[in-house]
Formats: sequence, structure tokens, C-alpha cells
Amino acid sequence: MANHIEFTKEMKKTHTILAPYMLETQFDMLGEIMKSFGYKIEILKNRSEEVVQDGLMYVHNDTCYPALLVIGQMIHALKSGKYDPDTTALMITQTGGGCRASNYIHLLRKALVKAGFPQVPVISINLSGLEKNSGFSLSLPLIARIMACLVYGDVLMLLKNQITPYEVNKGETVKKVEEWKKRLSESLYANVHFSLSKVYENIDKIVSDFAAIEINKTPKVKVGVVGEIYVKYSSLGNNNLEEFLASQDCEVMLPGVMGFMLFKVDNRLEDIKLYGGNPFKKLVCTILFNFFKKFEKAMIDAFSKYPQFTPPMPYEHTKENVKGVIGHGNKMGEGWLLTGEMIDLVQMGYENIVCAQPFGCLPNHICGKGMVRKIRELYPEANIVPIDYDPSATRVNQENRIKLMLSIAKEKL
Amino acid sequence: MYRIGFDIGSTTLKCVVLDEENNIVFSSYDRHLSQIKEKSVELLNKIKEALPDTKEYLFAISGSAGMGISESASVPFVQEVYATRAAANKFLPGSDVIIELGGEDAKILFLKGSCEVRMNGTCAGGTGAFIDQMATLLKLTPTEMNEYASKHERIYTIASRCGVFAKSDVQPLLNQGANKYDISASIFDAVVNQTIGGLAQGRVIEGNVVYLGGPLTFFPTLRALFDKALERRGTCPENSLYYVALGAALCADKAVDIALVTENIEKYSAAGQFNTLTPLFTSTEEYAAFTKRHKKATVNQKTLSDATGKVFLGIDAGSTTVKTVIINEDEEILYSTYSSNSGNPVPVIKNILTDIYTQKPDITIASCAVTGYGEDIVKNAFGIDFGIVETVAHFTAAKKFMPDVEFIIDIGGQDMKCFKIKNGAIDNIYLNEACSSGCGSFLQTFANALGYDIEEFSKKGLFAKNPVDLGSRCTVFMNSSVKQAQKDGATVEDISAGLSMSVVKNAIYKVIRPSSKDALGKRIVVQGGTFLNDAVLRAFEQEMGVEVIRPSISALMGAYGAALYAKKKCKNPSTIITENALKSFEHTVKTVNCSGCTNNCLLTINTFDNNRRFISGNRCERPITKKSPDNSLNLYAYKNYLLSQYKSEKGNLGKIGIPMGLNMYEMYPFWHKFFTLLGFEVVPSPKSSRDLYLKGQSTIPSDTVCFPAKLMHGHVKELCDMGIKTIFYPCMTYNFEDIASDNHYNCPVVAYYPEVIESNCTFLEGVDFIYNYIGIHRKKDFPKKIFAILHSRFPSITLKAVQKASVAAYRERDNYLARVRARGKEIIEHAREEGKHIIVLSGRPYHIDGEINHGIDKLITAFDTALISEDSISHLVPDVRPGVLDQWTYHSRLYRAAKYITTQKDMDLVQLVSFGCGVDAITTDEVRSILEEGNKIYTQIKIDEITNLGAVKIRLRSLLATL
Repeated sequence: MANHIEFTKEMKKTHTILAPYMLETQFDMLGEIMKSFGYKIEILKNRSEEVVQDGLMYVHNDTCYPALLVIGQMIHALKSGKYDPDTTALMITQTGGGCRASNYIHLLRKALVKAGFPQVPVISINLSGLEKNSGFSLSLPLIARIMACLVYGDVLMLLKNQITPYEVNKGETVKKVEEWKKRLSESLYANVHFSLSKVYENIDKIVSDFAAIEINKTPKVKVGVVGEIYVKYSSLGNNNLEEFLASQDCEVMLPGVMGFMLFKVDNRLEDIKLYGGNPFKKLVCTILFNFFKKFEKAMIDAFSKYPQFTPPMPYEHTKENVKGVIGHGNKMGEGWLLTGEMIDLVQMGYENIVCAQPFGCLPNHICGKGMVRKIRELYPEANIVPIDYDPSATRVNQENRIKLMLSIAKEKL
Repeated sequence: MYRIGFDIGSTTLKCVVLDEENNIVFSSYDRHLSQIKEKSVELLNKIKEALPDTKEYLFAISGSAGMGISESASVPFVQEVYATRAAANKFLPGSDVIIELGGEDAKILFLKGSCEVRMNGTCAGGTGAFIDQMATLLKLTPTEMNEYASKHERIYTIASRCGVFAKSDVQPLLNQGANKYDISASIFDAVVNQTIGGLAQGRVIEGNVVYLGGPLTFFPTLRALFDKALERRGTCPENSLYYVALGAALCADKAVDIALVTENIEKYSAAGQFNTLTPLFTSTEEYAAFTKRHKKATVNQKTLSDATGKVFLGIDAGSTTVKTVIINEDEEILYSTYSSNSGNPVPVIKNILTDIYTQKPDITIASCAVTGYGEDIVKNAFGIDFGIVETVAHFTAAKKFMPDVEFIIDIGGQDMKCFKIKNGAIDNIYLNEACSSGCGSFLQTFANALGYDIEEFSKKGLFAKNPVDLGSRCTVFMNSSVKQAQKDGATVEDISAGLSMSVVKNAIYKVIRPSSKDALGKRIVVQGGTFLNDAVLRAFEQEMGVEVIRPSISALMGAYGAALYAKKKCKNPSTIITENALKSFEHTVKTVNCSGCTNNCLLTINTFDNNRRFISGNRCERPITKKSPDNSLNLYAYKNYLLSQYKSEKGNLGKIGIPMGLNMYEMYPFWHKFFTLLGFEVVPSPKSSRDLYLKGQSTIPSDTVCFPAKLMHGHVKELCDMGIKTIFYPCMTYNFEDIASDNHYNCPVVAYYPEVIESNCTFLEGVDFIYNYIGIHRKKDFPKKIFAILHSRFPSITLKAVQKASVAAYRERDNYLARVRARGKEIIEHAREEGKHIIVLSGRPYHIDGEINHGIDKLITAFDTALISEDSISHLVPDVRPGVLDQWTYHSRLYRAAKYITTQKDMDLVQLVSFGCGVDAITTDEVRSILEEGNKIYTQIKIDEITNLGAVKIRLRSLLATL
């Protein structure tokens, strides 16, 4: 029944690994890192209507939209004939939490069997020790580089979003983002010895380089985007939400992925605090947490040097913010972090918020839609619109609701 | 400068022109039938005629279907809710709340205090289109429906969430003989509930309420029901239809040349930006060959006058239509009818029988059988010999056309039934869920909405060049997909073809979900009224890549099958009503509430000829036999009984309230013991009921969360109303570690719903609501952790007492489980002694709540079967490694129960799935594959706020018929 094909050491040499595309700035660089570790990897960018169709065909239609898209993308790629299924592997994340996302990998395996590719191995990326493959290991050096890559991605994304709407020379920011992506990818590829100080140095360089872009700060509607991680970041998942908001003359703030990484590690500590647990596990998680914090600090420090930029909120601040609103034990999906990010955004002046979730997303009934009332009670200026994403939720309906939120925002401008 | 405001909604186009003093100098309200471009130009020309001297206007467009036009004509767009607010601020100062219903949108605007605007989400009916749909179903015009509703005497509960659900509630009411006055009012009442429940989200509607939009303008009865629900009198102002248009006009700030705009709109053609599919037919030759091929599958047809000797009658009393067939001994058709059931099959069939007796007075009906929704009532009314389940009827008929048939798919008006045939017997059954009924009536509704009759509409699709890809979702979503396609410039032809294809995709990918297309086999018979539609038939063949058989009597297959069955089982003479008796046949209907138990079922009592009674709407046999149902073989009843045995004892620490819902159904023995020993008087919330649900409904923030979670709001509200000052409802990420599985989570909703209650239930003010995160999975740490939580509130509690109470609580939980398992074992043994089949009704602990399962447990035992639950057998298999991550405690039991059943000949599993349960998207597939691997049939029943038990009955009978 369970079709678990191991990704063996031999496969590392022979197989091309296909990975989904979620964080658009980060994932290209991630690919380069994986390559430097000897994996042949390709980030999937196919996004035609057939992707959704394949998802619908091979995945239970009541499953969340991200599963449908990610699996649809992979099956579509395999069916395209571009990859030999005998020398192709797939890679997918597995958070190990109580929401359905931990099961995507199994749904993918079922879909592979259905679609006639039972031989394709699937690698799980997880920090919970859920599945192991002899040909792939999430070693500490790899983790360190992944973190560096994620933080670079966050920095570039935040800068891009904060500068582009105001740049004097149109297109300058995006051009710079691409340049830096290339430069960083190259250095990540070549970087045999990892050093944290190098990361600090790079981030500083990036931020100061972007600070040089000429801007003209006119008042614009500032919109924050929070949500289920895939539809929040992936333009395939959210019908090009960022682009739409840009077209409506907004400045967009997407809180970075660092917070989520810290949140996932911190959850383990929180569990021990709430329910008791193993002191050794506590120690390991604390070390990992503190290590991750260093990346966050690099980013905040660099941003804080320039008054025109809004630095990301420190994780502790976000966590403090939700006290009395939602419990720190709420950890499935984006858990309390999502609520916290909404509050952060309001405090940072991005009080107009799109809360994006797949239709029927279970954790978001609680930490998203379930918390809107309370946030508004505390921050009456909060202007939040929950938007559901789904293969058939039409763009016209989504945009109409966002436009309503924007109309109210513009009134206050 | 004069101002123009357009409001292009989903069905209508509204327009106003204002002069400098904001007086309306021109207004228009018209259905646009998707011809948005043409209608807009027409309208602008009318304005030019009416005001020939004005060339320039301030112009803005609003409305959900207006975005496309506004972009192409470079006219500013104003979001419609925002427009309404602008108009209300100008013309209705002093209003507090505005309720506006449109064609497909519902909105509430709170103007006073912190201003808020709410709009229905993606999954929501309860709007104008919904009312239209329901009116069609009742064969009334919407205006007539309003008049009927004003004369109502009672209100039935109808699911208000979406049209599809409501439809499956209305249909059985009609079939049971409820009158249209009451049904009309009930439909309006459902709209009221939907709007208030779905949009208020915890905010109280008070002050001056204003009603706007089409439905609220045209239907005074709807307003009256809103008034009643809100306990105040709202007003419907002059020009209530035009507020969005007025708002658009007021917001208009760009001067435009009207001639230029007209020109721009004329030029506007959204150049096929929608996704398209392969055309159904590319040439008339292709179509001709197709029709020729399908003409082959036919039965000999003769007339009644040809009848010699015995004839056999088959009746299919379906959800929307009544079909009858008479065959002779050579199985040729002598007579057939196909007609709408007009809401009640009894008079229709009476007419048909009269017609038969008139045409052929000396007819010898040797035997007759009835199938379909109306089976029971028809059988009783006319003395029909046999009642058979639909699956059997259809299979019997299909075999006639293709003896070695492997797969039958039947799409009717309301249902979709598919059966897999293996070794000459039905091997698996797939029926559509309430949420995916893309069936015949769905196509019809769309055809009507676009201004066509169904035949004309589907013909239009045959040669469409660019069929729109509309996906495969339910009707509600489809509305917006169609809206989007219209915006993108799709023609009616493209939409028609797209809809036909979506019906097919819905059937294949949502209902059947085969592992591959080949899994259905190559020998396929398609039938049902919907397949008479060539577009649907073609789409099916295209999608499946096979040529199928469509019998010429596709729509009559149920009736034909029933007739064949009657012939085979002939018990000459037939008990069917005689010609004389038919002449004096009388039929009256009345409805009463059963007082047999707390379910208070609404019974419809049909009386025939003043002495024979037929009762429907009941869930158990009590109103018929006047005896309490026999629950000795019903483990659900036993579990409820066990819980009711935990009595409250007065304690020195006062009362602690526990809302009885979700995981509390399993945790109650634990917490009861724990708190009782600590010195609390444990007070559970009362039994769930419709009233209890409605009490909490307005505080539900997410309308797509599962019903069991929504019910929690009512439970907490009840506890507050009882004056309980301490309520205990903890967050629980983890559940007990009973089973060696990957993890032992609760689902996110069960785990964290207390957070939602705390954040949204304003009535909790002044109540100590204890909703801390508690980990019962760590038995050793538990006492310490909970002590910290309780001690701060009740200083007299000691750690020692908590430790003692904890030990007892864990033990009590084990006892409870042991009792359930022991009783399960007993039931199995009894059933085996009596030779009864055993149904394992599987779900979650809270599915034993009668308000959630709608009495399905009683329905099952009424079929003379024994009923046990998954948790009474899940411990009987040593180790199961499902093909998915096995990480939720409740669901781990499902996999194990399923595995166990595959080893038991006399057991079958029926899984209850709450609508909106995301986790079950994973578990259902897995349970199904475990069962199918063990050669067992998987049966799933989706339940929600309201569930159509008629469909459930058919499903259960189909299952039992295969055994």
C-alpha cells in the first residue's frame, strides 16, 4: 500500500531531483546550494492550467489547494516527457505538525502510483526525523547554508517590496534583486567553508546597495499579506496577489520566512514548557533556536541602519504581541505566528491585511479567521480581509473583496 | 456636472443618472442575461436619448461583473460595498446597519461605531440566485413564492449554507407532501439565517436597519422574516435597488465623454483569456456519426393497445421527475411517461394510472415495482407490489442493453449514481455528496439563468469553438466561474459546452475518483436524463476515451428496471389499486411534530382514502409502531447512555461547566471524574439541538468550519445562560497515546477551537473561561501542569488532591473505553446469534451526537442490522501501517477498524464525514483503499448542519442490497 521508494546513494549520482517553487526569491538560490552538495536539482516552474488539472485528477479534491498545486506541478512535469521517470526523484517538505501538510508526501506517493510513476522516489525534507533516505541527508552544514539562503531571500524580498513602489527609475530594484540573486547563488555554490560573519557582511552589503536606490516616498496604501505559507508566498497559489496589489498602487509587506523557521523550532520548546519533556531535546532545540536567531539579528541590524526601511519585527516581539490573543501552544500550520504577524503588521503601519488561506484550511479557521474579531477589538484600525484560494475560487471574486479592503484603506490615506 | 453610476451585478444591470443636486434624473433596472457589453451600450444610448444636451458626465462603474468593462472603457471602478456605503451616508443618514442582498452576493454594512463591511465568502448561497433556483424547484415565480410565503404556518429547517444543500432539503419536503406556503417561507428563513449567521460574525445587528437590493425590495415576506429574526423593524427605502449605482455615481470623479465611452465599450471584447478545452464536435458530419451510433441502443416500443396477456409496471419516483414504464412479457415497452413530479409524486402517478386504465380498461397488470425517492409513499398510496432500491433497478435495466456491463453511470436531476459491476453483481457504489451535485438540475438552472431552456442551451454547446474550462466544483463555485468567464468574454455557446464538460469531470473526478480511467472498464452504460443531453454524452466519451452505450430510454432506465424486476418477481395477482378504487382515491397531507423523543422530527402524515396513513420524516419507527426504538444493538445509543450516567454531585468549589461537543464526547468521563474528586459540581451543557445551535450561530467567525465545531458556540452559550461562572474547555494539541502510530494529534479544529470560542463569544464576559493548553498525553507531567492552572484560580486546591484526582481520571477514562469495547463485543455476539449483519459506523467521538448524525444510527438499526463504533474494534488488530502519515488519534482508529473489518465476513463499514473536515480528505481515501484491498465496499456519508436522510437511506439500502 505504502509505496515508499528510498532515495539511495547511487541515485544521488543518477537522478535529477525536482522541487516545488514556493518562495520565489529564496528557492532559486536554494537550488544552487543543493547543487554544491552534489545533488542534481531543478526547481519546478511549470504553471499552466494543466498543472491544476493534473492536481485535480490525482489528488483528492477536498485536499488543500497547495497540495493540489505542488503535486499537480510534479505530475505535470513527469508527464511532460522532459524527465526520464527512471532517473528522476522528487523533493517535498514535511513539517510533521498536526495539519494536513505533513501528509502531502503520502498524497504525492499515491498520486505517483495513480499516474503511472511508481518508481519515482520522493525525498522528505523535515527536521522531525520522519523519513530517512540514504542518498540524502539534511546535514548541519547544509542546514546552515539553507538558513543563509532563506535569510538572503527574506532580505531581498523585503527590500524589493519596500523600494519598488517608490523607485524613481522604474525597474531598478527588480534588476538589483536579480543581480544579487545571481551573485549570492554563485558565492553559495563556491562557498566551501561556511561562516556566519560572511552572512552578516553580505546582508550589510545588500542593504546598503539597495539604500542607494533613488526613491520618492509618496503616500501609498500599505498592505500586509499573511496566511498559509504556500498561498502566502507562491504566486501560483495566490493568483499573483503581489502583482495585483502592485497594480492597485499599494506597497506590500510580506513578513519573511525566518519567523516561520524560528516558530517551528520554538514550538518544540513551547511544547516542553506546556506539557513537560526531555531536557536533552530542550537543549538541542535551544541551540538550534539561538543559531537561527543569529540570522534574524543580521537582518534586523542591517535594516535598522537605514531610516527609510522598515526592519522585520524580532521574533520575541511577535510572540509577546499575541499574549492574551492566542496561546503559544497553538502550533499547527502557521499557528499563533499568523495572528502575531497580523498584529505586527498593524503596529508597523501595514494595517490593511490580506489573510490568504487555501479554502477549508483547518488551522486558519482558528489563527486566521478566528482571530480577526479580537485583533480589531485591540486595533480598531486593522482592516483585514480573509481570502480563500481554491482551484475554482475565481479571481474576480477574490479581487473584488480585496478591492473592498483597499477602498476603505484609500479613504484613510 | 451630471453623474452616471452603473451597477453591473451577476444578473442585473442597474444605472442612475444624477443631476447637480443629486436628484435622480434617469434610472434603469434590467436583467443583462450575460450580454453585458450589449446591454451597457444600449443603456448609454438610452441616456443619450433622454438627455440629448449633455455630453460629459462624471462616470463610475461598480458591481462584481463590472470590472472588465470598467477597465476597457477607462471608466473608474468602485467596489460595490463601498459604493453602497457612500450612497447610504449621503441618502440615509441615521442608519446603523445595512443589509443588502444581490444576485449572488450578500453584504452587511455596520455604519455606526467602528465601521465594518462584510461580504459573503466564496462558499455561500442565500442570495437572489439561490431564491430563483428554489423558486424553479417549486415551480413558482419568485414573486409567487413571496406570496406563498406570506401565508405560511410553519417553518421547516433548511440548510442555508448553499443552494445545493438547501435543494436536497427542499426536495424531500416536497416529496413528503409539505405544502408550498411553508416551504417558500422556510426558504426565505434560510436566507435570513445564512445572512445573519454568515456575515454578522459575532457583531450584534441593532439600531436602524436598512434593507437594500433586489430580493429585499421585491419580497416583503423576506423582509418580514428578517424583522422577526432581528427583533426590530427595518426599512426598505425608496430606490433600494439602486444604492450601488447611486454610490458609484457619487464616487465618480472622472469626467468622461459619453460618446467616447460608448465607442470604447463597443470595441471591448475580452479576447478569449479564459482557459479553453477541446470542442465537442468540430463538424456536423462528426455529430451525425455520433448520433447514428447511439441510436442503436434501443428497445422495441409498442403501444398499450398492443397489450395481450400480462403486463408489468415499473415506476421511478425520482427527486424531480416521475417516470413510468409498462412492458409486456417480451420486455417490449408498451407505455411510458416522463414528467416532473411537481413537488409531489402522488397526484402525478394517480393521473398516470387513470390514463392507463382509460386507455386500456381490460389491462392486466400482473406485477409492479417502484423505486426512487418517493418509493415508500407511492408504494403505500397505490398498493405497489415491490419497492426496490435504485441501484438494483438501474443495474437490472442496464444488463438488458449490455449483459457484460462493467460500469454504470447514471446522472439524474439531483443524483449521480455509479456502480461498478464485478462477476455479475454490484461491487461498488459511488453516489454524489451533497456538496458536489453537478447534475441535471444544475445545468437547467444555469440554462434558465442565462435565459434559455435546457435543450436549446445544451445544443448551443455542441459546436462551441472554445469551451470554457470551468473546473469540477459544486454549483456555488460554478456560479463565480461562469461569472469570471463572462467577464473574460466567453460566449453562451462556450459556457454551455464548458458546463456540460464540468458535469462530466465532476462525476469522474469528484464522485468516482478512479485510480485510473481504465479502472472503470471499457463496457460502460450511461443513463439518466442528463445523458440524453448529447453535449454531456460527448464530453463523457471524450474524457474517458471510450465509446459507451446510451440506451434510447436513458431517462427511463429506473422505471424500466423496476418493470423488469416486477416481471421477474411476479406475484400474480398484483395488489395495485384497481380502476374503481382509483376513481375515489383521496389524498390529504398534514404535518406534525413528533413528540416521541427529543429529536422532535417533523412528520408528514399522508392519508389515503381516509384510512391508510403514511408517515414520513421520521428517523425511527416510534411514530409508526408507537414503541421506543430497540437500542439493544446500537452502540451509539449505549455511548450516549454511558455519558448520561455521569451525574453531577454538589461540591464545595462550586459549579464548573463543560461544553459537550467535539473531543469532550470522549474526554467527559476523564474530566468528570477529575473535577468531581477535586470538589466541583460538574455541569455539562444540555443536549445539542437546533435551537442550541442557533443561539450561538451569530458568533461563528468562519462559515466553512465543520458543523460539530460550530455547534460548540451554542453549547458555551447555553452554559452562560445557565449562569455558570466557570467553564472548562482546554486546548489540546495532543490526544491519548492509545495506538502505536506516527503521532497522536488532535485535528487543528478539535485541538484549538477553545481559542475561537474565547475570541468570538462575547457572551463569555464575566465568565472564567479556562482554555489553557493541556497535555493529557504526558501522564506524569499532567498533574503538575494542571495544578498550576487551577491553583491560581482556586487556592484551596492542593497538588496532592490533583495528583489523586488525576490517577482516578485516567482510570475512569480506561473504564469508559473498556465498557464501550465490552458492549461492542456483546453486540457482535448477539448479532451473530441472530444472524444479523453488523455495520461499523465510524467517525469521531462527537458523531454520536444526534444533532450531528441526524439519527443515522437509528436509521441503520431500523434496517435490522447491528451497529457498533470504530473505537470498539480498533484495538483488535495488532499493527496497521497505513499508506499515509498516521498522526491523528481519532483517525488512527479508523484505519485499524477498517483493517479489522476486512477479516470479518459479516461486518461493513460506513464512515460519517462532517462537511468541511479537511482531515477526512486524507482518511476517506485511505480507509477506502484498506477496505477495497480486503474486498469490502466503502460507504461514506457526508453530514452537515442538515442532512437529507432520503439520500442516506438510499445509500444504506444500496450497501445492504449488495451483501
